[in-house]
Amino acid sequence: MSNKVTRRQFLNYSLMGVGSFMAAGMILPMGRFALDPLFQTDAEGDEIVTSVKVSEITEEPEKVDFTFTQQDAWYESEVTNFAWVYKDGDKLVGLSPVCKHLGCTVTWAGDDNNPDMFFCPCHNGLYTKDGNNVPGTPPRGPLDEFEVGEKDGYITIGKKKENTLV
Amino acid sequence: MLNRIYDWIDDRIDITPIWRDIADHEVPEHVNPAYHFSAFVYCFGGLTFFITVIQVLSGMFLTMYYVPDIVNAWNSVYYLQNDVAAGMIVRGMHHWGASLVVVMMFLHTLRVFFTGAYKSPRELNWVVGVLLFMVMLGLAFTGYLLPWDMKALFATNVGLDIAESVPFIGEWIKTLLAGDAEIVGAQTLTRFFAIHVFFLPAALFVLMGIHFILIRRQGISGPL
Repeated sequence: MSNKVTRRQFLNYSLMGVGSFMAAGMILPMGRFALDPLFQTDAEGDEIVTSVKVSEITEEPEKVDFTFTQQDAWYESEVTNFAWVYKDGDKLVGLSPVCKHLGCTVTWAGDDNNPDMFFCPCHNGLYTKDGNNVPGTPPRGPLDEFEVGEKDGYITIGKKKENTLV
Repeated sequence: MLNRIYDWIDDRIDITPIWRDIADHEVPEHVNPAYHFSAFVYCFGGLTFFITVIQVLSGMFLTMYYVPDIVNAWNSVYYLQNDVAAGMIVRGMHHWGASLVVVMMFLHTLRVFFTGAYKSPRELNWVVGVLLFMVMLGLAFTGYLLPWDMKALFATNVGLDIAESVPFIGEWIKTLLAGDAEIVGAQTLTRFFAIHVFFLPAALFVLMGIHFILIRRQGISGPL
């Protein structure tokens, strides 16, 4: 037999090729459409100026509200979150109140037996002051940290990042 | 009259063998509760299917009023439950059926396991059944968000956290499910709705078809 492509093979390859292009032409747009959230670039979190003065902050974690405009697809809304902010020497520290177990809200000194810890009421999770999760309680990691700054004497809250204190 | 209509159609397209093949077959003694009452355990698969049919039907009717939108979802559910005639019943069917179908499916799985029905030559049907189990749990999970109340939101947050804990690709899975890397909101609701109403039911029907074709080809496994 020669290596010539037979008429049958030629037709097979042509049809399969055309069919593949047609299938790809249908699947690719739909796939990209569905995967779009993965390719959305994160909106860069600006420094949000709060109404809390730096001078009001002590070494005791304080609840600092910050408000920003959240763009959720076709909805724009004002969202108010808060951070636990305290002074560590001269450094300002801000911790996220979202529990790393199941996402409840942690409070400072919320448990009478642990007045110097963050406490999550849902499943009795505990964190030390620097956000480190106490072994033997449910949380799987330390509390997230906010970039905290100062502008005209007021606290600013920046991007959320992984805890750098522990 | 009905007979003549049937004969007229049967003369032309010969449907008798088709419905005989689907519906007209003997139930073996060991799976018939009329002979041995304990054989009721063989009913769980059929009950799962029966409740699935109820779920599909009640779900179809619920979408006549439901809107997958964060502003209106809760209101539309409130309206269809309280202001639409029999709304409480139709939503109740879907609500309670959702739990019941998982329970029945679990009992069916236990029956198959403890009677050893998964053994050769029926391994493939076991695999299909496990896939069905996962699709059904996916339906239960995505349906839970749709009323958009506090319970739905927090259950979904927990579910997304679990998805995120998958090694390496967890964050991608979470983002794809939620429609946004940070926000559980408008796109989460539309995605869950699409998955709950179109994608998973499509997968469910295909898998159920395979499940039933396999049981007809292989027959019910023998007695213990």
